[in-house]
Amino acid sequence: MIFHAFLIKYAEIAIKGKNRYLFEDALVKQMRLALEPVEGEFRVVKEQGRVYVLCPEEYDFDEAVEALQCVFGIVGISPVVIYEDQGLEQMGKDVLSYMKNRYPDFSGTFKVYTRRAKKSYPVNSMEVSAQLGGLILDAFPEASVDVHNPQMTLSVEIRDKIYVYSETIPGPGGMPVGTNGKAMLLLSGGIDSPVAGYMIAKRGVKIDAVYFHAPPYTSERAKQKVVDLAKLVARYSGPIRLHVVNFTDIQLYIYDQCPHEELTIIMRRYMMRIAEHFAKESGCLGLITGESIGQVASQTLQSLAATNEVCTLPVYRPVIGFDKQEIVEISRKINTFETSIQPFEDCCTIFVAKHPVTKPNLNVIHRSETKLEEKIDQLMEEALTSVEVIEIN
Amino acid sequence: MEVYFDNSATTRCYDSVKEIVIRTMTEDFGNPSAMHLKGVEAEKYVKDSAAKLARILKVQEKEILFTSGGTESDNLALIGAAMANKRSGNHIITTAVEHPAVSQPALFLQEQGFEVTYLPVDNRGVVKLDALEAVLRPDTILVSVMYVNNEVGAVMPVEEIGRRIREKSPKALFHVDAIQAFGKYRIYPKKMGIDLLSVSSHKIHGPKGVGFLYINEKAKLQPQILGGGQQSGMRSGTDNVPGIAGLGVAAEEIYRDLDANVERMYSLKEHIAKGLEKIPDIRINGMALREGAPQILSISVMGVRSEVLLHSLEERGIFVSAGSACSSHKRKPSSTLTAMGMAKDQIESTVRLSFSEENTAEEADYFLQVMGELVPVLRRYSRR
Repeated sequence: MIFHAFLIKYAEIAIKGKNRYLFEDALVKQMRLALEPVEGEFRVVKEQGRVYVLCPEEYDFDEAVEALQCVFGIVGISPVVIYEDQGLEQMGKDVLSYMKNRYPDFSGTFKVYTRRAKKSYPVNSMEVSAQLGGLILDAFPEASVDVHNPQMTLSVEIRDKIYVYSETIPGPGGMPVGTNGKAMLLLSGGIDSPVAGYMIAKRGVKIDAVYFHAPPYTSERAKQKVVDLAKLVARYSGPIRLHVVNFTDIQLYIYDQCPHEELTIIMRRYMMRIAEHFAKESGCLGLITGESIGQVASQTLQSLAATNEVCTLPVYRPVIGFDKQEIVEISRKINTFETSIQPFEDCCTIFVAKHPVTKPNLNVIHRSETKLEEKIDQLMEEALTSVEVIEIN
Repeated sequence: MEVYFDNSATTRCYDSVKEIVIRTMTEDFGNPSAMHLKGVEAEKYVKDSAAKLARILKVQEKEILFTSGGTESDNLALIGAAMANKRSGNHIITTAVEHPAVSQPALFLQEQGFEVTYLPVDNRGVVKLDALEAVLRPDTILVSVMYVNNEVGAVMPVEEIGRRIREKSPKALFHVDAIQAFGKYRIYPKKMGIDLLSVSSHKIHGPKGVGFLYINEKAKLQPQILGGGQQSGMRSGTDNVPGIAGLGVAAEEIYRDLDANVERMYSLKEHIAKGLEKIPDIRINGMALREGAPQILSISVMGVRSEVLLHSLEERGIFVSAGSACSSHKRKPSSTLTAMGMAKDQIESTVRLSFSEENTAEEADYFLQVMGELVPVLRRYSRR
């Protein structure tokens, strides 16, 4: 069956009152972006409280649906067949041909729901539904009408043409990216941070990212892996500016000056400081991390407090209460898992102590950090100015 | 300065190879199976290449089977030989230090019900002959031993192995994975009792994606790729004419000055080994320098993880590999080094340098100088 259009259903946007048009505009923009790589010219139109995708004559249905399923804000995608408006009698024939095509042996319960966008249509909606329902009952003797709990709802929209649909493919939900500001994701090569980025993007937040590269301790491939992960997240979040920060010298300096078991905590405090610098520079309103309570030594409540202390921006940790398995499930769903588990070392693990502190005392950490006073400002400056920015589309 | 010491992973194509590859891609591009002139022209390149290789090995042209490279040659040798000869017996022997292109098919055959014995090696990586003697049986149908180990350059006593197989298991086929040996040693299968010999082109300055398997005319193999019946039905698929032509040229060129090339690599290897003595706690793995393969030098820089050393050298334009390049996709300790009885911390500190005759003494000196600078720094920052 050839579908001429998709009717896009969205839920949360509809309740946003006066801002509604902002959300709809953002949705339309994100849909256009998502459909760009799909071959053929798709038109996204907004009319009378509906968002439609008008499809080209030839296109790949699955590819188009997959692209739309990455657009946050979409709750459902209904493939639509469009017929010319040639009177009620012809409409009946068209609806029957739709039914025979789509459900050749239909034997369940159904209802017909008609909506007239064109109020000038001579027959009212109830009447159209009744007539079409009767035709279907005649053509499918096993079928019966159930207006409360039908197995199938056949929707007919009367506009300048007749739009017929009966299925809804689930969308990702959430809110259109760009409606809730921007935040900076600390992206490592692991499983958690891409999921964290996805979850915040789902709430309409645009994402930028920062990655800490530590050559020669982490390889070019580890960096490529992060770029690949950013691309996968960008399928949902839209373009990402990825900041690649060379962290080696800071890391080695901490290694030289501070107690080894505090290395990871102090290192992470500097990562947060650097991330916040770039966040503020590019107008981000928060930081995002993939931290989850208790997963590793640096993610105990004490450790989280110690890293949190250096930030003035709020730090969003969407997977904070998730078990590893729950995070893995999302990463599989958004297709980042396979990339995340490639075995390249990231900079957090290279010098990790055998027994890192799990309950860092802030006073102790502050005292250790004073040992860095001599050179740390200069090293930070170098790390900030030597940043490499990669635009991920 | 760029220093490429990873020639056992792959090599630069000779210019003469590039020239014939381009010619067979753009001018004499016919399908050798075609009946017309264009096809005959292309077929000539394939025949020429087979003739060159046959001459080098002192075998017949028809005993050269072109493949997509070392891995396919090894797969065909093991699986093809086992399947074609399973009526004669069920026992296969190989070693604990084979490349995955051999050890994985061996594992597959084991799952298919064959009995596979893995021979141990000594601490130099050389297969133990007395162990072979003990496991050869009348129902052994295949013995597969590599000529030169790809990770440490250990050279296996192939000729002696061939002799013992003939004595104790006359039915068995003898397969030799010569992927790191061809172009470094003079190999004569007929004299050495080798029935199957795998060779890869890109290890000898030829193109990637091509290689060959020498198959003794008396050996029975079951084809693994079926189709249009090319190469007498043993391996279907349109001949990779540019690859095959390039392989022939590369082989001819590398054997032309074999002795001089080998000597150059040995002196380079010795020069580097001597230079590294100045840095404490660097161990040389494998056989004595001149007993092992000329192109491979395996070293363990104790206290420095091989990955970190590799990337540090890379920053200075020097390319080496950590263990075996082919295993860098996986995070598993190398099976060769483990089989040699090496401790975990040494395995994790092992890098492989592999040379070609194109490497120079200046490159070796630059490498030594960089190592002298890097190693003390890297040792300061280690996991503790």
